[in-house]
Amino acid sequence: MDHALVVGLHLLHAMASLALVSVGLAVIFGMLRVINFAHGEFLMVGGYAFVLSAGAGLNLWVAMLVVAPAAVGALGFLVERFVIRHLHGDIIATILATWGLSLFLIGLAATVLGYHQQGVAPPFGTVQFGSYSIGIYTFFVMIVAIVTIVSLFVWLRWSRSGLLVRGAMQDPELAAALGADTRRLRTAMFVLGSALSGLAGAVLAPLAGVLPEIGATYVVKAFITVISGGATALTGTTLAAALFGFTSQAAAFLSRPVVGEVALLIVAIVLLRLLPTGITGRYFRKAL
Amino acid sequence: MNWVRERAGLLAAVAVGGTLIVVVPVVAEIFALFELTLFLVLAILALSLAWVWGFGGILCFGQSVFFGLGGYTYAIAVINMGDSTVPLMLGILLPALLAGILGYFLFWQRISDVYLAVITLAVSLIFYYLTGASAGSEYRIGNALLGGYNGIPSVPPINVPGLPEHQVVYGDLYVLTAVMLAVIYGGLRGLLATDFGRVVVAVRENEERAQLLGYDVRTTKLTVFVIGGAIAGLSGVLFAAWGSYVSPNVFSMTFTAQIIVWVLVGGLGTLSGAVVGCVLVQAAMTWLGEAKLADTNLVLGAAFVVLVLFARRGLVPGTRSLLADLRGRVRSAP
Repeated sequence: MDHALVVGLHLLHAMASLALVSVGLAVIFGMLRVINFAHGEFLMVGGYAFVLSAGAGLNLWVAMLVVAPAAVGALGFLVERFVIRHLHGDIIATILATWGLSLFLIGLAATVLGYHQQGVAPPFGTVQFGSYSIGIYTFFVMIVAIVTIVSLFVWLRWSRSGLLVRGAMQDPELAAALGADTRRLRTAMFVLGSALSGLAGAVLAPLAGVLPEIGATYVVKAFITVISGGATALTGTTLAAALFGFTSQAAAFLSRPVVGEVALLIVAIVLLRLLPTGITGRYFRKAL
Repeated sequence: MNWVRERAGLLAAVAVGGTLIVVVPVVAEIFALFELTLFLVLAILALSLAWVWGFGGILCFGQSVFFGLGGYTYAIAVINMGDSTVPLMLGILLPALLAGILGYFLFWQRISDVYLAVITLAVSLIFYYLTGASAGSEYRIGNALLGGYNGIPSVPPINVPGLPEHQVVYGDLYVLTAVMLAVIYGGLRGLLATDFGRVVVAVRENEERAQLLGYDVRTTKLTVFVIGGAIAGLSGVLFAAWGSYVSPNVFSMTFTAQIIVWVLVGGLGTLSGAVVGCVLVQAAMTWLGEAKLADTNLVLGAAFVVLVLFARRGLVPGTRSLLADLRGRVRSAP
């Protein structure tokens, strides 16, 4: 019984962390259609912003929930303003530029901070379930994921600015003709997506640690999740994160972690074979 | 004069190719030659993606799969067999076969750009994880230990067919690689000039129109993909023979992204661009790594961003239009 409970919690945690890793990309790639190869490095920068500012004596929660998103949001603003905007949606140019940016950020982190792993111990300690113990921080990760996704959903669905954003993404020309400043909206959304990535990087840092090259472990999963989600970025990404997180964690439990990684990729391939336009290409079309 | 102008690109390619094959091995020192061999091996890989993506219009993010599979196949087969002739062929055939299966799966379902990119990338990563998890003495094929992330060391070099003691190394391997590169470049150019080549480009330009005109789009794309897979496999074989080593890194995200960058730096839609881009980027990375002036990633990353912002189309098309501009200006001058 306790074992089942612990396994269930691990499964939920895998879904939550995958959703967190992907939600920033759901905004940047899913909504703005910007292929951001530096997504993993945005998470890395978020992780460093958290670890360094917490190490400098700042309150842990301020560092995680305020400093990290703000720092990566600012980075996102610079990137959008000076690079992405000038590429005018050219896919190939965007791939090359963001890949360059990814290398640049890795190199910068390595030059300034060195190639060794840094981290903060997960707060809260552990809780016992019979003979098993599980970190209380695991629950915190789930809560952050749920709060992030639900508040994004509520904002997009029911607020006036959310409506404006949805309109501008759906038909930029019409929105512009009706007086919306689509350029500023795009910048704002890019900053939002970056800030969410920063938050995710900070929240996962106590569990995964940070080092300059950590982005590579996140970026592929995030892209696969968002793409498999399909046309409606937020719902699709959440569903895909749940499916993939569950499969990979379950497969990892049944055999080894590497089998979990492979299972995730195989499920993604089969899924795209069956539903070539992603999960929300066929189902949940009215969602967000 | 006109004849020369029309064929300027071809003549330049012949001149460069001739220099690389005939002059360089005589002039260059053995270490420089050794390094140059790697650039040319990778240039073959770059050509394969330039062909698949630039002409076939197939955005393949997993060209490294065929490269890595070629390398692994060669390594495993040559360790077991001793003579390199059959392993070399297997190293080309197996990737081509995989490309065939994968291509059938992708093109018959009409999976489009981004999805195709993700699927090919995922296949590459599956190989990365699986080969990485193969550490330990129970993972062996014949005499070859797979070795997990440590890879397979001491892969025997290529030898003259039937004569295992006549090894093709250093200068000889350089010449072999340069000749292969020249043959593949020439072969692809020749292929593009045939009817089949025209259909390939037609499919890239407008799939629907090509289909309505009665061309078999799926078979065309599959053929392009298989040819690309075979070339990448050959490159992988040469890579394993060059360093007598192959490891899961060839399937990694970094490596596969690098191939894309070579092609983009040189200019998508050209064959020579891929070679130029590959050699320049690799030379820059090696030089930066040796000079230790700054972190390689830092400089290279900044260079890419600047390149994209100011030279969008890549080096070869950019230079071409610059030359055309200059020529036009000279002609219109009084």
